[in-house]
Amino acid sequence: MVVVRYRGKEYELKPGMTARDAILKLGLDPEAVLVLRNGKLVDDSAILEDGDEVTIVAVVSGG
Amino acid sequence: MGDSRMKCRKCGRPAAINMRRHKLALCDECYPAWFRGQVERTIRQFQMLAPDDRVLVAVSGGKDSLSVWDVLLRLGYHAEGLYIDLGIPDGGYSTESKVRALRFAEARGAVCHVVSVRDRYGLSVPELAMRRGRGHKVCSLCGLVKRHIMNGFAWEGGFSVLVTGHNLDDEAAVLMQNTLTWQPGYLARQSPVLPADSEGLARKVKPLCLMYEREVAAYALVCGIDYIQDECPHAVGARTLFYKEILNQLEQRSPGAKAYFFTQFLRAKQSGAIRFVEGEEAALHACERCGQPTTAPGLCAFCRLWQSDTQGDEEGA
Repeated sequence: MVVVRYRGKEYELKPGMTARDAILKLGLDPEAVLVLRNGKLVDDSAILEDGDEVTIVAVVSGG
Repeated sequence: MGDSRMKCRKCGRPAAINMRRHKLALCDECYPAWFRGQVERTIRQFQMLAPDDRVLVAVSGGKDSLSVWDVLLRLGYHAEGLYIDLGIPDGGYSTESKVRALRFAEARGAVCHVVSVRDRYGLSVPELAMRRGRGHKVCSLCGLVKRHIMNGFAWEGGFSVLVTGHNLDDEAAVLMQNTLTWQPGYLARQSPVLPADSEGLARKVKPLCLMYEREVAAYALVCGIDYIQDECPHAVGARTLFYKEILNQLEQRSPGAKAYFFTQFLRAKQSGAIRFVEGEEAALHACERCGQPTTAPGLCAFCRLWQSDTQGDEEGA
């Protein structure tokens, strides 16, 4: 399983999908987030493997 | 460990970021130098900074302000930080952001000045908003308070320029808002450089104005800059976020759309293709209380905020 964290919540996704697939699976906009896999920034095409710890970081701020 | 399928164009290592608008993917080792080069080019293009400038960077503890401060220090500028403690208690927001700004400065041997709104004026920004009966408009009031303190601190401290961390997404969102509501005054003033065209006004520049918000966040992450990732609790539902969402939808369909929207606006203004008929220049004079320039008679908008018996004005001084 791939553990994905986003805004304090945890999700479990199947391995083999790309970072972009994970972003879309969570209903997020790929333009508005970045993906850290095991603490390292990866581009959207990175394939997530079993045991990976993934953090999706929201990049948009405003007010 | 899964390998990234996309490779860095410079060295062939796995890519850390793919920038579709540039058709450019870079790894985490090549990206920081590229980013700093882009910012340096923007500084040159708009003649933002001179090597001997004494620079004050407005820092919030977020990705944009800490990244621009990092870039300026690495480029060799004398850049000090100014953190304004707004006193936002929700989830320790102000405390957490201040800790990050101070830690950043300490790690780089840089100076970070701190101004606490409550210590200096008696109320935090949320308390002031409550007192003014405009709790639902904390953001506009916060903006006015920050602009006033930043300008005053830069001017009184003898800094030749004030740097803010506004990125291209910030600028494009403001441009979209001011276009959809046809605000010629704001459109005329929107610029990467705001000159110090009056006694008491600091020169203001935005070195990240051509960088996407996503690119700035990537820079902060690959450089290990510990920034506050939580959104300000008062920004939830802010109009800026709505416009950014729409712009990102355009970007998704058409890479480069955000940059094109903003840069073509700047070009059209510069070339004279878009002209805003200048109204009669509002005369600026010194506020009776603080001395900062204002168009309002008597007190500036900031000083009126702190009067208990009159309604403050949201417009900046």
